[in-house]
Amino acid sequence: MAAVNPDNQGLRLAVRYAVLILIALIFIGPILFMVMSSFKPDLQLLQDTSSLRAFLPVGDLSLENYREAFQRAPVRLFVINSVIVTGATVVLSLIVCSLAAFSFVYLDWKGRDVILSVILATLIIPFETIAIPLLLLVSKLPWIGLEGFEIGWLNSYRVQIIPWIADGLTIFLFVQYFKSLPGELIEASRVEGATWFQIYMRVVMPLSGPVLATAAILKFLVMYNQYLWPLIVVQQEQYRPVMVGLQYFFQLNTAWGEIMAYLTLITVPVLGFYLVLQRAFIASIASTGVKG
Amino acid sequence: MASSLKNPDRTGWAFALPGTVLILTFIVIPFFFAFALSMTNQRLISPNPTEYVGLKNYRDLLGLAVVTLEPERDDSGAVVIDDDGEIVYPRLRTITRSDDYPQYRGMREWFRWQSGEDARIVIASDVVFMKALVNTLLFVLVVAPVQGGLALVLALLINQRLRGINIFRTIYFMPVVVSIVVVSLLWRFIYDGSDGLLNNVLSWITFGAFQPVDWLGNTETALGAIMAMSIWQAVGFHMVIWLSGLQTISPTLYEAAAIEGASKWQTFRYVTWPGLRHTAVLVLIVITMQAFALFAQIDVMTSGGPLDSTQTVVFQAVERGYGKQDISGGSTISVILFVIVLTISLIQRYLTREK
Amino acid sequence: MRMMKLTAGALVAYAALGGTAAMAQTELTMWYHGAGNEVELTLINQLIDDFNASQSDWSVSIESFPQESYNDSVVAAALAGNLPDIIDVDGPVMPNWAWSGYMQPLTIDESLIEDFLPGTKGIWDGQLYSIGLWDAAVALVTRQSTLDALGLRTPTLEEPWNLEEFMAALEAAKASGDYEYAFDPGMAWTGEWYPYAFSPFLQSFGGDLVDRSTYQSADGVLNGEAAIAFGEWWQSLFAEGYAPGTSQDPADRDTGLIDGKYAFSWNGNWAALGALAAHEDTLFLPAPDFGNGSVIGAASWQFGISSTSEHPEGAAAFIEFALQDEYLAAFSNGIGLIPATPSAAAMTENYAEGGAMSVFFDLSAEQALVRPVTPGYVVAAKVFEKALADIANGADVIDTLDAAVDEIDADIESNSGYGH
Repeated sequence: MAAVNPDNQGLRLAVRYAVLILIALIFIGPILFMVMSSFKPDLQLLQDTSSLRAFLPVGDLSLENYREAFQRAPVRLFVINSVIVTGATVVLSLIVCSLAAFSFVYLDWKGRDVILSVILATLIIPFETIAIPLLLLVSKLPWIGLEGFEIGWLNSYRVQIIPWIADGLTIFLFVQYFKSLPGELIEASRVEGATWFQIYMRVVMPLSGPVLATAAILKFLVMYNQYLWPLIVVQQEQYRPVMVGLQYFFQLNTAWGEIMAYLTLITVPVLGFYLVLQRAFIASIASTGVKG
Repeated sequence: MASSLKNPDRTGWAFALPGTVLILTFIVIPFFFAFALSMTNQRLISPNPTEYVGLKNYRDLLGLAVVTLEPERDDSGAVVIDDDGEIVYPRLRTITRSDDYPQYRGMREWFRWQSGEDARIVIASDVVFMKALVNTLLFVLVVAPVQGGLALVLALLINQRLRGINIFRTIYFMPVVVSIVVVSLLWRFIYDGSDGLLNNVLSWITFGAFQPVDWLGNTETALGAIMAMSIWQAVGFHMVIWLSGLQTISPTLYEAAAIEGASKWQTFRYVTWPGLRHTAVLVLIVITMQAFALFAQIDVMTSGGPLDSTQTVVFQAVERGYGKQDISGGSTISVILFVIVLTISLIQRYLTREK
Repeated sequence: MRMMKLTAGALVAYAALGGTAAMAQTELTMWYHGAGNEVELTLINQLIDDFNASQSDWSVSIESFPQESYNDSVVAAALAGNLPDIIDVDGPVMPNWAWSGYMQPLTIDESLIEDFLPGTKGIWDGQLYSIGLWDAAVALVTRQSTLDALGLRTPTLEEPWNLEEFMAALEAAKASGDYEYAFDPGMAWTGEWYPYAFSPFLQSFGGDLVDRSTYQSADGVLNGEAAIAFGEWWQSLFAEGYAPGTSQDPADRDTGLIDGKYAFSWNGNWAALGALAAHEDTLFLPAPDFGNGSVIGAASWQFGISSTSEHPEGAAAFIEFALQDEYLAAFSNGIGLIPATPSAAAMTENYAEGGAMSVFFDLSAEQALVRPVTPGYVVAAKVFEKALADIANGADVIDTLDAAVDEIDADIESNSGYGH
């Protein structure tokens, strides 16, 4: 085994890379198409879709589409709104859902199993099917804010954030993960007299890097891509998020170049978020990897 | 205070309270409201008063019947055969639009088969919904295992120690960060029937032998095309979940397997797979739930067509509730979907239970 | 000196008055469907600024929505009790909103709209609810060079093509081999385009979406002999390869005629400026007459007042102000729409006598038929859209039309007749 023919090994390495690269092409192709198209004038963009030129930075390239896109819609505002709503929801969701899951897994209390079952059942309710009842509900909810007491949550950030904080899937992710953590760690801390909150903060959370990253990514994607909900609860431009903003670009005689530019612009923050998280993700796996 | 916090009952409640209250308020209550709506004739917008109608909405969606059509006979009483050698039957509308059969009024053909000389026809109150149900189940049955399996293969590929592997991991994950609406828009260009990218690439690979296919305009290929695209978009996410599962398997187990001379397959079968148990349940459930909620791709790419070959349950719920302003009908569909998925997930849970 | 003092005093008094008047302007809110369309927004903002400066009682402020989702936004806001004072509304949808109680009748000086094109007046239940500054029209777009090459007669308003001539034209285009498809009806534009653009074909055959004498049923009109003839003709367009089907590339829809992929295109006046810019010899021909006269759809976006507005008189004042010819002409020049009055048309570049698009004004005046004026239109339109897509994709014509009739009738029944 030790005496592997070096040529053979080199060949195997080449094959491995070839497979990896081929798959990578399939995954990156349509995204390259989007990015490259964003630099091309409409006519060329459409002609290029019928050949491999679609993936290449060739022909008449410019930032014209980006300039036009910024003129057509307040792109910056939409991205900022989405980032505010998404960021707030992700952070709150991680806290609320992990606390709940912690309670469901480690603590024994009356009604626990019933409530957990109900929460897991909500996982299978597609949002589209409860949107209208939810709209009627939030339009009547009270709120006490800086301007005092008011009725109705429409046209605000909170209406886009609060209903989305807790969900069955995120709690389920945490429950599954906590179940796989070694129970002895918890037992040991209990014996040492730690409170449950201390155990949550100092024992469980530090071990939860992978699930926090997974839950954060999933929530981020759901929130950043919100369309139907903001569409029906926000009537003022100042609160509109990116996916509603996409509608600004669908006019009669669609400007595809601008659409590609807008799509590229709104995809960049998500990619950035993933790259940042991926680092945390790998680091956390490295630190907790020796288990099981 | 400290002692009360140590009381597991109260602490448990306190920890679970925020999440539970939010879910009850923003998901459970609206869902019960939708359930109540499904028993009424409530319209999305209407000045008419709401009335309780019992299970009418459910009957309108799920009503099925079988009717028999006798073949056309000529004057001598012989069965009429058309040019293709097929038996000629009267039109179904002779029954469904006849005053003799008020119970079949408004029902349409779902499918038929021949029984002797007669044709037996399954008619449904809402054929489109029936097709949507079948398509959705088909989508779940194909996408859940294929996407889960491909994701695992990718995870194993990406779990190698190779220079630059992080770059590939990032690239495989990239489609996930692109919104499904955006992906659907892009893939319309790719699937275009005459000069789309896919047709051109296939023709290029086969040196021109490939005949262009109208991927989204053909009843045979439309759902498959949407499945392929959906898998392409989401597989990276499940790859990452598998990957995190893989990386929690202790390296010492692999070392032990290597010492015992296990083959690659044996290592996978007896070391890797058992270590992925929790992950497998998670991946399967997440994919199944997402697959049942199939909507955006349909909305952007086909609107359920051609000929209902891509209708799905959630698309029908939205089309009915909002498009056709029939919020009670839309709510009824969501309740039916809920019951179906609940049943399936209970079965899944039973099958994947800890033995 | 005295004079100076007086003048100065008057100035101060005037400033004070002006100041308080500005303060006293009552705020009116307005929703508009033009988000993302810079030209349209510039025009509407100019109109609003002019109105706000023209008087001291009212001040209008605008909130824009993307057109694609505008109706959903309004319905959601209405459900949540959050409508503005002035809304704009798509003509055929207006009866639905009026019947649902979202809108109140519009009280304006009737002499102002005497000359308006019939399609611009939104009348429901005998009362005016909305009024449009413009109408839209659809024409059979082609090029003179195409007609010449194929040896075809130029149809006119008086003598449009009949069914045989139209099909002969398509056949000639197909046989020439110069085009990917002979005719582009615009199947890529889903949504309201289908009923707006294609129900006139059905009407020209002698059918309709719903029986307009009672508005209680579609039986006999949407599945009668005329409708079946229409359905079979419609199916043949796709089955015989004259037209691209439902999977048409949306980009081809926009540029196919200009690029020479299609010989004829069924398209609206809003796309006319682009077509003319690309080819000077672009022609806008009247709809073919399939036996029951040439028909095109009428009614575009219109202004109305929400039922919850506390200041309908202010909203009406704004709408009256907007109806001036100069604004009608400005919108027309800016975005290519058909001005609602002949006098405004005369002020425009394209619709004035001899203008490149004046044919649309005549089409609108001669051939236009409003879509069925009923709250049930919204659902009937959806059902019709699906039926046409299914027939284009090869579904059985009679069964499909029967099913559409059943669905429309069931909807009318569950809405207790929609108040007719």
